[in-house]
Amino acid sequence: MAVFSSLSDRLQDTFDSLRGKGRLTEDDINVAMREIRMALLEADVNYRVVKGFVGRCKEKCLGADVLDSLSPAQNVVRIVLDELTVLLGSTDSKLTLAQNRTPNVIMLVGLQGSGKTTAAAKLAYLLKSQGHSPLLAACDTHRPAAADQLATLGGEIGVSVFRGDGRDAVAVAEGAIREAVDHLNDIVIVDTAGRLQIDEEMMQEAVAIKQAVRPDQILMVVDAMTGQDIVNVVTEFANRVDFDGVIMSKLDGDARGGGALSVREVTGKPIKFVSMGEKPDSLEVFHPDRMAKRILGMGDVVGIIEQAQKVADEQQIEDAERMLREGFTMDDLLAQMQQIRKMGGLQKIMGMIPGMERALAQAPQAVDDSQMTRIEAIIRSMTREERLRPKIINGQRRRRIATGSGRTVQEVNQLIKQWDEMNKMVGRMKGMMQQGGGRKGAKKGRRAMQQMMRNMGGGNGLPF
Amino acid sequence: MGFLDSLKKGLQRSREAINEIFYMGGEVDEDFWEELEDTLVMGDMGAEVAMRVTDDLREQAARENLSRAEQLRDALARRLAAEFPEAGRDPFSDLPSTVLFVGINGAGKTTTVGKLAGRAREAGVPCLIGGADTFRAAAIEQLEVWGQRAGVDVITRERGADPASVCYDVVDEAERRGAQLTLIDTAGRLHTSADLMRELAKVVNVTRKRSAAPVTVVLVIDATTGQNGLNQAREFNDALELDGLIVTKLDGTAKGGIALAISSQLGLPIYRIGVGESIDDLQSFDALDFCRALVGEGM
Repeated sequence: MAVFSSLSDRLQDTFDSLRGKGRLTEDDINVAMREIRMALLEADVNYRVVKGFVGRCKEKCLGADVLDSLSPAQNVVRIVLDELTVLLGSTDSKLTLAQNRTPNVIMLVGLQGSGKTTAAAKLAYLLKSQGHSPLLAACDTHRPAAADQLATLGGEIGVSVFRGDGRDAVAVAEGAIREAVDHLNDIVIVDTAGRLQIDEEMMQEAVAIKQAVRPDQILMVVDAMTGQDIVNVVTEFANRVDFDGVIMSKLDGDARGGGALSVREVTGKPIKFVSMGEKPDSLEVFHPDRMAKRILGMGDVVGIIEQAQKVADEQQIEDAERMLREGFTMDDLLAQMQQIRKMGGLQKIMGMIPGMERALAQAPQAVDDSQMTRIEAIIRSMTREERLRPKIINGQRRRRIATGSGRTVQEVNQLIKQWDEMNKMVGRMKGMMQQGGGRKGAKKGRRAMQQMMRNMGGGNGLPF
Repeated sequence: MGFLDSLKKGLQRSREAINEIFYMGGEVDEDFWEELEDTLVMGDMGAEVAMRVTDDLREQAARENLSRAEQLRDALARRLAAEFPEAGRDPFSDLPSTVLFVGINGAGKTTTVGKLAGRAREAGVPCLIGGADTFRAAAIEQLEVWGQRAGVDVITRERGADPASVCYDVVDEAERRGAQLTLIDTAGRLHTSADLMRELAKVVNVTRKRSAAPVTVVLVIDATTGQNGLNQAREFNDALELDGLIVTKLDGTAKGGIALAISSQLGLPIYRIGVGESIDDLQSFDALDFCRALVGEGM
């Protein structure tokens, strides 16, 4: 993970060393830009693209409001992130199909092993669920059993597959169009063989298929793990077959997918879909903002929230509301610790939060799951009343609790002190909620409350 | 086409990029070093390795007073070659041998198995193919086509069968027939899928336990892969204790620098490289030849 520590951490380190300087100079920004350059290169953004991008970011960062601000690192990251999001384009997962043509034709192209056949089946599934009647055309006549693979996938999702004679890709494509007319299919998805962009003969074949069936949309399938060479690949494909958009495949892995940026920058073609696994329903809408964060390695914040939401149930939301109404009790603290356990322990959660990795490296003992066990023991030694109203715990009760849990009185004192601080924090949140509540409406407020609870669990609110 | 020719053709792009640097003037200056580093990064070698190699070379240049670019070309090739560990044993010629092919989806495992079986058959080695990819649609059919082309039998089961038990059967059958080389194809999977990695670990363990012949676990990696290749290799290595690598698709314009990064960081030898579509294009790997082809023939 060290190599992939997030950009904000690195910049934080860079700017930490400059603390006390008051104002940042152009040199300081240069240092930051070097970090950004490395982060992008590690994410497989093409070198030339990085150069241009970093240049543009630098110009923006040299604006006076960044240099004079109190948190230059955050500002620089924000600029880079915004710039990246803009570059990656808008959410444009629409297939532009001619209205007065039946059948419409979508053609898929790409390198070997990029995931065209799988993407073809996924696309067919998506179109079918939108009320279309797609037909899959097996025009990969080169790879052994490619047509069998498509036939099997088509069978699984209930979409017919046209195989033709399995020899001449152009003939199969043409045959598929006639088949679609005969069987009232309104869209034909043409799966083609994988080809290298320098393979003249194969590129010629792709062009021939294109001329024969005149596709409404040509989508290029690009493996998210592709390295620097992606620029050569997409440039050549763009020149020869001129595709309309990109499907990024294999994004369910941990590749940072910097290639997406290279594709946009070099060809100007939009990313239309991202493909996230083997199941037919895993073709998803492309989110430029999430992709930008992923490329910069900014921590899977969305992931944390989604994971927390999975674990959270109605009861806990009610608890959160009660907590804001009546204050934070020892039972709540206990419940939160159990929540953290359910999510896979502190270590795991903290690792997902941007910046935490750095904090952990400095103080590894800070995240000790056994500390949670000790606190749990202390709380369990309290009476019901003590847990609900910790204020009543006097010296005598403290001694009893310490003996009961096998801990020292000091540890009990410490816990009560930390509870007190958390209680104050809940009070502050309550104030915040009341300010925002009227505008957001009840349901949104609830969601915000739920997230706030999670944030407390993952942030520095908890006493360990 | 000879091996070096096809390799050179495959690596042409990277060589051109490096040539550009070497042809610019003759004298080595600050710009040269920066550009060299950038070029290595562009070859997917990774920023870390690129910096280390550049720094080392810089030091060597100062020490040995290498000031002209062409002197450095050879030094660079040697320096890069030193990053590759030696293969102690070649699992495809030191027989008997059982080899498991693992990797992510679309890396070229099935094709590699097909080509290697063809080579073995040509060399007269009794060979058997095992199809343990019981997950992907038509993977078995694809392998069977390769088996027919190579004239090698394929042992497999229906789609959805337990891959570990397929491996058990394959090794059984190989021993019964006296096959010297057993090549087992597995289903592609992403290294981030914990369940599938556990399944694969079971496949590997069963094969290692059952096979009397030494078992080699080979990661097949696509040369166009970027920096994520290192993550991939690391995860596969942690789960399976890999023995070595096969790098495929070096015939494109990809520079295959990720092969160097993985090989050097994880200490895994490269057994074969794929430089073209035909059976003969799957070649043995020679680190110095590879690096010379990468940086060009200066000397």
